[in-house]
Amino acid sequence: MSMEEFHQIFFEEADELMEAMEAELLEMVFEPDNPERINNVFRAAHSIKGGAATFGFAEITETTHVMETLMNEVREGAIAVDRSLVDVLLSAADCVKDLLAAVKGGGPADAGLAVATRTALEACLERSGAAPQTSPPQPDSSDEDAAAAETGAALRRYRIGFRPAHGLFRTGNDPLHILRALRELGDLEVEVDTGSVPTLDGFRADQLYLAWTLHIATGSDPEVVLEAFEWVEDLCEIDFQEVESRPEATPDDAPAAVPAAAPAGAPAVPMEAGSAAGTERRSADAGTLAAGTAERPDSAPHRGERRAAGAESATIRVGIDKIDTLINLVGELVITQSMLSDLGEDVELCDLDKLREGFQQLERHTRALQESVMKIRMVPISNVFNRMPRTVHDLTARLGKQLDLVMHGEHTELDKTLMERIGDPLVHLVRNAVDHGVEMPEVRAAHGKPERGTLTLSAFHAGGDVVIEISDDGAGLDTERIRAKARDRGLVDAGEQLDEAQVHQLIFHPGFSTAEEVSDVSGRGVGMDVVRQNILGLGGSVEIASDAGRGSTFTIRLPLTLAIVDAQLLQVAGQIYAVPLVSIVESFQVERANLKSIAERGQLYRVRDDYVPVVDLTSLFGIREATPQPVAGGLLVLVESGNGRMGLLVDDLLAQQQVVIKSLESNFRAVPGVSGATILGDGRVALIVDVTGLARLLRATGGRRGQDGGLTGIRAA
Amino acid sequence: MSHILVVDDSSSMREMVSYTLTTAGHSVMAAADGAQALRIAEDGVDHFDLVITDINMPVMDGLTLIRELRGLRRYSYRPILVLSTESSPETKSAGRSAGATGWIVKPFDPDKLLGVVGKVLPQ
Amino acid sequence: MSSATTTTANPEHDPAGAQQHCAQYLTFLLDGEEYGIDILSVQEIKGWQPCTELPNTPDYVLGVINLRGAVIPVIDLRRRLGMAPRDAGKLTVVIVIRHAAADGEKVLGVVVDAVSDVFDIAPDQVSAPPSLEAGLDGRFVRGLATLADKMIILLDLAHVAGDA
Repeated sequence: MSMEEFHQIFFEEADELMEAMEAELLEMVFEPDNPERINNVFRAAHSIKGGAATFGFAEITETTHVMETLMNEVREGAIAVDRSLVDVLLSAADCVKDLLAAVKGGGPADAGLAVATRTALEACLERSGAAPQTSPPQPDSSDEDAAAAETGAALRRYRIGFRPAHGLFRTGNDPLHILRALRELGDLEVEVDTGSVPTLDGFRADQLYLAWTLHIATGSDPEVVLEAFEWVEDLCEIDFQEVESRPEATPDDAPAAVPAAAPAGAPAVPMEAGSAAGTERRSADAGTLAAGTAERPDSAPHRGERRAAGAESATIRVGIDKIDTLINLVGELVITQSMLSDLGEDVELCDLDKLREGFQQLERHTRALQESVMKIRMVPISNVFNRMPRTVHDLTARLGKQLDLVMHGEHTELDKTLMERIGDPLVHLVRNAVDHGVEMPEVRAAHGKPERGTLTLSAFHAGGDVVIEISDDGAGLDTERIRAKARDRGLVDAGEQLDEAQVHQLIFHPGFSTAEEVSDVSGRGVGMDVVRQNILGLGGSVEIASDAGRGSTFTIRLPLTLAIVDAQLLQVAGQIYAVPLVSIVESFQVERANLKSIAERGQLYRVRDDYVPVVDLTSLFGIREATPQPVAGGLLVLVESGNGRMGLLVDDLLAQQQVVIKSLESNFRAVPGVSGATILGDGRVALIVDVTGLARLLRATGGRRGQDGGLTGIRAA
Repeated sequence: MSHILVVDDSSSMREMVSYTLTTAGHSVMAAADGAQALRIAEDGVDHFDLVITDINMPVMDGLTLIRELRGLRRYSYRPILVLSTESSPETKSAGRSAGATGWIVKPFDPDKLLGVVGKVLPQ
Repeated sequence: MSSATTTTANPEHDPAGAQQHCAQYLTFLLDGEEYGIDILSVQEIKGWQPCTELPNTPDYVLGVINLRGAVIPVIDLRRRLGMAPRDAGKLTVVIVIRHAAADGEKVLGVVVDAVSDVFDIAPDQVSAPPSLEAGLDGRFVRGLATLADKMIILLDLAHVAGDA
């Protein structure tokens, strides 16, 4: 493992900690006295400081050190949490993030910014009259000092009376270790005192009854010699004397230089009483922590899964439970496999049932294994949601709005790639809601609404989808303005009648938002059309529901994963296609009475009150080997996309199964009408039909191919 | 070769310590907080010759972990080292009363770690 | 493909020089003509197998096949180079080629009548392609290699599926 890899781990961890810290700070504004939050911020600063010091990132070490010191004062109650403190800490967090980014990129850190940040933090410390901070940890150089002392100095002799506490073993210490350490310093003579050893009936095997008198001749200073007793200094009596000092040293100064030496005759375990206060405080801390954890039992396991969103990272953090499931499943597989191979050794006809059973079991386990492996890619959406409080905090501050951000379902899982790619569209929608949705406090008050608006972000699973809702209680979309603007831009004809929902959809139109009105806040040069395109590109959809004066809700639907899809296998003219189950409405036998041929437009089929175009896939796809199919008497699979419905004419419905999506682009290119391919059980390749793409294809080629009987050019209403 | 339990909530620190120890020929198991470490110690599958723990950790801090471990028969007398940025006399004193064998002060230095580990392991 | 792995040294060329500059070419037959491609681009040679047809692609794109879990396109080189199509025979094979594309390395299969041989060919044996041979799409021709007893048309198939 190289240093770079350790750095990488540190960076990932630091990013996570910074994100957690930021989230806690933002909450702290509302809950200034929550000890858990304070502790979490303290610990984040503390952990980053430790890592940064280890890797020699001085600016980060120093800045997090001051943050830690400040948070410790907050923790001790010496400094109260208020908005201004949080703001200082937030900008300090930004500074640490910048510093981290700088070291990551190998570039120079902005030392000026770091200094300014520390000055601001120190000002907070000083205002409270808190004790001046100690310096952060630096690489320890005491070993070198010791070595120098050893080589340079003349021999000195010490006599050490060493009487350990009876319970010394209970700390895992062993006097032999100490004697060994001393022997490394020089010549050691040992006298043992067995005077305290009790008689057999009072003897306990785990107690230490021995004491020693040690004579050592060494080049080392008393401090160095005493270092051997460092870990046990409160657990023993030490009588330290320099017996034959160097000429210039007085005989008395050696004991004076030994603050740790306990006076002779003092109780054997002097530290118990002295440290009680410290111990109590520690357990108080632990108590608070435990209480905090009990309130939010889910916080701990998920803490480790937080990660810096935005950049796509190559590694993935997996919960232990998922790994355990995998291991168990592999275990099951191995058992099944060995059962099958036992059976296979000597197959008799009567074993046929067992064999069949074994294969079923194998199939079950294989499928479960596949599902579990896929789940490894699933991460909680909190990774993206965690970015929002800061976005909202900064924006409301800038716009002078007041807003509560409520988040539900942060633990809803979705594919990692999806999670990474949905981040920016989601941030955009949130900014949009704060900027355009929620009104200024006085406007809200004038309308009889509470001055503080509410923005609700929720995520949940519905069917095979992940649904994300961004809902505000603001003004709602101004349909009149949108209508007028759409007319100005020529997106709709003057006379065209559009219902509310259609008007709302207009804001996703590429021509709708223009550069001049893209505000700094929600715009960033990106329009809602790009948001929609990004979401569609992920195989998802976005819808708006808006209620004038009451607010708007954007609903994003995404597939759970980009890697697998539940599909219906269809046979069409000898070819097998997979159609995602989510796109299928129903399937039925074609009845001649419901068929309607329209010249130049091919055939339509009546489904209740609708007419849907009848699609012969082999014809629409231009499959060479296929012969045109007779429509009547065949099976029709009704599919639906955002662009309408159509009926796919098929020969047979085969199995429904989960298929693993293989991209065609990885070795070829995107092909309109199919979203990818999958490999069937027999090794053959089946194409996965993209229903939305199919509708597009249908429109594009409808007129041209209308004559050959396969399809039509009109869209269902 | 010894079997060592490393407890630290910082993954980079865990990796560094684990890496240093494994390259020195030890086998290492790592836990991210005191509670996790205690579970590992309690389930008795692994017998550790040494435990190295951070102090400031979520869920269960290092001192509590040490006290809990000292309550377990198997770990009553095993060496437990504290690896921490805190090195004040009060902290050390609290560590000792909890039952810590000794401590290593961060920032982490591989040679120092191995030196101290060599000192406490049974020879 | 019986002789696909034999290496034929070039008798007219200095062996030491050959070591330095020669590139190895895999040759194959199309309509009786011998063609060569850089052997370093060849990943493997597979027997012919039916493909899954792709929607609305040019006729020379036969479709896709499963190559150990990867889905790769298969190009009919006869059609691609403007020759008359022919049904797959006993010797028909798919040469699997790796090539660098803008978005990473890609793999594709190329159907040829039969593989022929492997030759070391030095740069000085290669002449520039004549201005568009009749019937042959010049975009893929890298040059003509003249060997003792025959001529080999050297192809670069990296873009053979490029504008499909």
